[in-house]
Amino acid sequence: MEFLSDLQAQVSTAYELLAAGWGVQLLWGIAWTLAVTMVSMLIGAMLGSLVAAAKLSPRGGLRFIGESYTTVFRGEPELLIIYLFYYGGTQVLTGVARSTGSIGSTDILNMPSFLGGVLAVGIISGAYQAEVFRGSFLAIHRGELEAARAYGMSAWLRFRLVIMPQVLRLAVPGLGNVWQLTIKDSALISVTGVAELMLTANKAARSTHHSLLFYTVAGILYLVMTSVSTPIFEKAERYTSRSFTRPK
Amino acid sequence: MSANVAAAAKAAPSADTPAISVKDMRKCFGDHEVLKGISLEAHKGDVISILGSSGSGKSTMLRCINLLETPDSGEVRVDGELIKMKQIRDGHQAPADIRQVERIRANLAMVFQSFNLWSHMTVLENLVAAPTHVLKRPRAECLEQAEALLKRVGIWERRNYYPPHMSGGQQQRAAIARALAMNPKVMLFDEPTSALDPELVGEVLRVMRSLAEEGRTMLVVTHEMGFARDVSSKVMFLHKGEVDSVGEPKEMFARPPTPQFKQFIANFNK
Repeated sequence: MEFLSDLQAQVSTAYELLAAGWGVQLLWGIAWTLAVTMVSMLIGAMLGSLVAAAKLSPRGGLRFIGESYTTVFRGEPELLIIYLFYYGGTQVLTGVARSTGSIGSTDILNMPSFLGGVLAVGIISGAYQAEVFRGSFLAIHRGELEAARAYGMSAWLRFRLVIMPQVLRLAVPGLGNVWQLTIKDSALISVTGVAELMLTANKAARSTHHSLLFYTVAGILYLVMTSVSTPIFEKAERYTSRSFTRPK
Repeated sequence: MSANVAAAAKAAPSADTPAISVKDMRKCFGDHEVLKGISLEAHKGDVISILGSSGSGKSTMLRCINLLETPDSGEVRVDGELIKMKQIRDGHQAPADIRQVERIRANLAMVFQSFNLWSHMTVLENLVAAPTHVLKRPRAECLEQAEALLKRVGIWERRNYYPPHMSGGQQQRAAIARALAMNPKVMLFDEPTSALDPELVGEVLRVMRSLAEEGRTMLVVTHEMGFARDVSSKVMFLHKGEVDSVGEPKEMFARPPTPQFKQFIANFNK
């Protein structure tokens, strides 16, 4: 009985803390986490498609650049890349600003934390997306590309009408995985001071001394985000692969 | 290339200009010489069946005509227009003007052994994609023509199907309709019935026969002896990368001009 009343007290404390403003803060944290993840995914999609094209190029130099990109950014700890971009970026920006005299010789020009964070996470996401795009391209039936050439399509038309739609179709399941990775990576950019879910949970835990509560709540919220995205990607996959699965 | 030669290359074709002319075409894959100097002329309305055992170079020859493979040497003219090539490293060549190649390819619609319809597009979309985007014809007109062509090849009811949901015979008929939608000067068939189940071959051959009868210019790489003998206007037999014999089909089959061709048809009749 004592246990039950204890639990009841816990729940009411949790409710009070969340209602006192931490709940709203955590919701903002979710919004920032989603914003970071989406922008990073977009940056990653752009970089990833370029890197995939480089890796598939007949030119050795381009292939080398593409291979190096995926090797480096998949092989380094994410946190290191974020530090490199955020603190390294701050150092570079400060150096440039000081030498052009835009700031005083003792001033510091900080890398904007959102920008530094999404660049770092986007670059990492791009390394994984490059592999997804490359695999998808290789899975396109060669004969369909040949038919596009045989019907006089230019390289751009072949890309727009045949390659891109099929790469997207084949890439959806892989991109779903990268999206989950990227949501999780977004937690790391709390170190740059973006008030996303991780940082907010951290702040709440420290200032209220209810670590167990806030980390559990944050954990549940991450799990909700990653599991809600699964059926969305499954639906997208069903739509994009309709020509293979379901007779019209 | 000087202005005069360029003008000559683009000169309007006269009535007896071959629709396709190939001179001394050679092609190696590594050390293996697949084509050892092939020449061919197809005039408007010709239906040329190209026969040969596997490895004789017949598909490679067809694919060299629309530059899906780049011939190592020799020249290809389409309606008198020379496909311009440039020399690259160690005796190989490459198309000098990819725009020209794309324009010529649009006139040489190809039908493939494995159909190669675009699997993410419906049949109707397959038929209008190249005419609207490559030939830049109005979409409404292309759609109207596409529906008419699908009626002609007997699969209009399947116009909104995706290719993977159709039988091989239906896919190949759709692919032939896709070729026709380009209003091509010449149609290239690369073993169009070889990937089909035997009971589906007939429906595709019937369509091809009707095209021959309406005077289309066709180069057909095939193993269908009946089609070669009864439908085509000329038979060309390739053997080990060379033209072994060319002639009028009935004559060729009745009196094989070379021991190789005799052997070849004997193997088929077994």
